[in-house]
Amino acid sequence: MHQITTKYMNPYLAGFLLGLVLLMSIFITGRGLGASGAIKSSVVTIVNGIAPEHAANSDYYGPYVEEGKESPMKSWLVFEMVGVILGAFLSGLISDRLGFVSERGPRIQNSTRWIFAVIGGALFGIGAQFARGCTSGAALSGMAVLSTAGFVTMLAIFGTGYLVAYFFRRLWI
Amino acid sequence: MGPFVPDPISNELNLVIALILGVAFGFVLEQAGFSSSRRLAGLFYGYDFTVLRVFFSAAVTAMGGIMLLSYFGLLDMGAIYINPLWLWPAIVGGAIMGVGFILGGYCPGTSICAASIGKIDALFFVGGIFLGVFTFAEMYSSWHAFYESSALGPIRVYDSLGLSAGWFAFVLIAVALIAFAVTSMIEKRVSPFAPSREFHIRRHVIVAAATVLAGAFLIALPNRKERVMTEVSTPKHLAHCETKYMTADELAFRLVDQEPNIQIIDVRGPEAFAQFALPGAVNIKIENLFGKEWNHLLGQRHVKKVLVADNQDNAIEAYHVLDEIGYRNLAVLEGGLLGFRQQILSDAPSDLAMNSTDEVVQEFRQEARGTIETMIKEQKDKPKVEAKKPKKVAGGC
Repeated sequence: MHQITTKYMNPYLAGFLLGLVLLMSIFITGRGLGASGAIKSSVVTIVNGIAPEHAANSDYYGPYVEEGKESPMKSWLVFEMVGVILGAFLSGLISDRLGFVSERGPRIQNSTRWIFAVIGGALFGIGAQFARGCTSGAALSGMAVLSTAGFVTMLAIFGTGYLVAYFFRRLWI
Repeated sequence: MGPFVPDPISNELNLVIALILGVAFGFVLEQAGFSSSRRLAGLFYGYDFTVLRVFFSAAVTAMGGIMLLSYFGLLDMGAIYINPLWLWPAIVGGAIMGVGFILGGYCPGTSICAASIGKIDALFFVGGIFLGVFTFAEMYSSWHAFYESSALGPIRVYDSLGLSAGWFAFVLIAVALIAFAVTSMIEKRVSPFAPSREFHIRRHVIVAAATVLAGAFLIALPNRKERVMTEVSTPKHLAHCETKYMTADELAFRLVDQEPNIQIIDVRGPEAFAQFALPGAVNIKIENLFGKEWNHLLGQRHVKKVLVADNQDNAIEAYHVLDEIGYRNLAVLEGGLLGFRQQILSDAPSDLAMNSTDEVVQEFRQEARGTIETMIKEQKDKPKVEAKKPKKVAGGC
């Protein structure tokens, strides 16, 4: 077991602050925070740039790239995500955590970690479409407004995580 | 009253706000340690429960804040985004994400956060999300039917469980606190480096106790609508708060004069309103006075809002509800609509003794009757003033 050395904020205080940010978001704009939606917008934009006809004919991309519609990049979540990148970088800078490193369990190589990171990301990308949001947009924001969807998604994510954690323990411990 | 999008905050300004909120979001996530995949994965192996602590503290804080803001009439719950539920897609999607969490060690928000400070594994994860979304989109036609199945709409969890919102909030807070305590014990047993070893126990217990009290307060917090409705009907409130009246003659005079700074609010049911309504009247039932949709009419301070109902009492109730919400420049039509019709709009000479002043009044009423009846007839062809349906804000991912 390796110690995670860098000093982080007290998690309850961090949670309280995160809750306030989420509350401000809902109070001012009427919507919660999100993450995966920004990547969806990026995917739509990339596909539309490379193969515009394909995008226009697709049931999924179609509604986003209709004529006269603004670019999907001019969306709330994309701007919010640009902010997240800036904010996280700023935090890393202040707390001296910037650096090109990979984190992994002690029993695997970096290459294994990267392969599983891609697979995990891909699963999150697919799952977030079905659930209409990820841990931020569906689970956290959904729970804050007491939507059933938020709680169902949260239980499904973490419940499944615990169910399968044992089989993939080599990746982490 | 929030939310302030799309009015008065424009969509362009909203993007700037998104950027600012994003900076705060990213900063807090990184400070919390969500840029570390080992830390995130620790949740599932018992050596680090940071995710659980941050996640539930945030959810409870935001939830409590929303309930309080709504109670004090600062936030219109009808206008905020409530995530709609597609039951089976949510379960299956959540399960897929759960496996993704174990394999990848991040979720989308945290991976972007970690990539921002240079974590290479996070960059691979973000690349994976692109692949995943692309795969989903390319195969959309094959799972389109499932994707749209079991749509239940924006239902609320306390309704699903048959609890009141306050009780649900309290139970959630209690469950979160118990989970915090239990997981701290597990963490200490599993790992010699558990973050909870550094916690200041006494301070944490004090904060936890305060949170329980706040949660108990949420149970007792009635829904704002109910509170205002009960409050205004108590005799104490009525004695305390003076009602301003407008006589039928004054209203008739202002109508004939076509005075622009007057707005009749008719609080009867829609059927009665359809049968007979004063010129320019808008039909709003008392229950619908609370949200933002009539704010554009009721909020104009220079306009006198005259409340009418069949009899005076229902209008007085509406008067006090509006007063309690904070609207000003109100008046109740004295004698109600029935009185107005008797005095102004009926043939029968009213029971005034005929002295000279009364003759003037009588003459005026005769005249007003003709004008107002024409106005009522003309109004039938005019378009109705509609509630400003708050444009539902978009949300989710």
